[in-house]
Amino acid sequence: MQRAANPAPQKEAPDPPHTARMLPVAGQGLIVTRAGRTILDGVDLALGTKPGTTIVLGPNGAGKSVLIRVLCGLLGPDQGTVTWGGTAPDRARVARIGLVFQKPVLLRRSARANIEYALGVTGTPKAERRERAEGALRRAGLAHFGETNARVLSSGEQQRLTLARALAVKPDILVLDEPAANLDPASTAAIEDVLRGMRDAGTPIVLITHDLSQARRLGDEVVFLHKGQVKERTPAADFFARPKSPEALAYINGEIVL
Amino acid sequence: MNDLSGAFATAFGLILTLDPQLAEIVALSLRVSLTAVCLAGLIGLPLGAALAVTRFPGRRAVIVVMNALMGLPPVVVGLLVYLMLTNHGPLGSFQLLYTPAAMIIAQTILITPIIAALARQTVEDLDGEYDEQLRAFGLSTFDRIQTLLYEGRMRLTTAFLAGFGRAIAEVGAIIIVGGNINHVTRTMTTAIALETSRGEFALALALGIILLALALGINALLTSLQREPNVVPRFGARL
Repeated sequence: MQRAANPAPQKEAPDPPHTARMLPVAGQGLIVTRAGRTILDGVDLALGTKPGTTIVLGPNGAGKSVLIRVLCGLLGPDQGTVTWGGTAPDRARVARIGLVFQKPVLLRRSARANIEYALGVTGTPKAERRERAEGALRRAGLAHFGETNARVLSSGEQQRLTLARALAVKPDILVLDEPAANLDPASTAAIEDVLRGMRDAGTPIVLITHDLSQARRLGDEVVFLHKGQVKERTPAADFFARPKSPEALAYINGEIVL
Repeated sequence: MNDLSGAFATAFGLILTLDPQLAEIVALSLRVSLTAVCLAGLIGLPLGAALAVTRFPGRRAVIVVMNALMGLPPVVVGLLVYLMLTNHGPLGSFQLLYTPAAMIIAQTILITPIIAALARQTVEDLDGEYDEQLRAFGLSTFDRIQTLLYEGRMRLTTAFLAGFGRAIAEVGAIIIVGGNINHVTRTMTTAIALETSRGEFALALALGIILLALALGINALLTSLQREPNVVPRFGARL
């Protein structure tokens, strides 16, 4: 593993014991086939081995979303194994991965109650929930929307709320599947600000994106996926200057990669 | 026509004078049907929700049977409950026949499938929408059911309305197990049946008008509680 060109700050404190058990989120020999199509074709990948933002890039259908879902325990691989901190995934630890999907899924209650719900299911004592929820809302620029029904927020606000919800539980690793696809520039900027803050605080971040300029702005390293295989894993600056694989070169040059 | 205008006059007369016997009948009708709908909710909501989120062999068949039970003929339910509660029946020792309790049991059996089937549909739809996020929360099946029922609370009032509507309007089951005994088990529907058979059409129609008005009022009340910011969930601006 090469050193990231844009090195993330080191954590001062040693990892608390619960972090040691969760990371890395890793897969070995992952194969997923659906309807006769190979979606993941033997992927070995360990995420969250160190702080910083890992960008997962690749053309549509490369298997990015499926890979993330398999690693996060939401989908079972047909072959291969997934481990979290060296042991098999279990339901009790799922919520320690902060997951943000492309489509925000929010409960029919206020923005603050949405975050408090997530804190509740992850075992945060009731007395702390409100304060932590309000802190998370502030960080996502939603301080004034606490009492608003989450379902009437704009799509950009909804996505910021899902991010606030993910960070409120203090996840061991944050995983985002195209969180800013189809969002307005202001919401995208707000989301990127939060992600920078979390990265600087030492949370490993995995970000699937199609937006190359966003990848350049946020990435410490890039995992390039093509036809269900990891073609390369390179520090971001090196990746954009001289990608190692021909598929990645074609992709960042804006050619249509099939 | 004479009957109709006479009925309205009689109805308003009974209501305006707060006729004690009418009040008694209305109160018993409401007590029986509201208790039955609450019991049916306690059974039907968890049952329907559990059916929505679990997968087991024969699940489809259970759903088909449950949906079919929505159309249970009240007289058949009445007959079966009668056979259970009659002195020689398996539950005869409880001496429940011809009591309001028997009527509540019959109506609960009648409307539990309605509430369960509607809850199943509602929760299954929501589950499809929330599934990935709920799994990302690491919820147990029990917590998932609880969350989805709460999320579906607005739509589930409709299930309650459907159940209540069927209970308050049915006569076949409660007339068999209740017996339409004056001051004991006489409800609006059984009284209407009785007055019609006696040729007292005006009184029967008056009761019918009050029944309709009550059904309308309760529906209006629940519908006003049901109002939520009725927005289509927005999943990222798709322009």
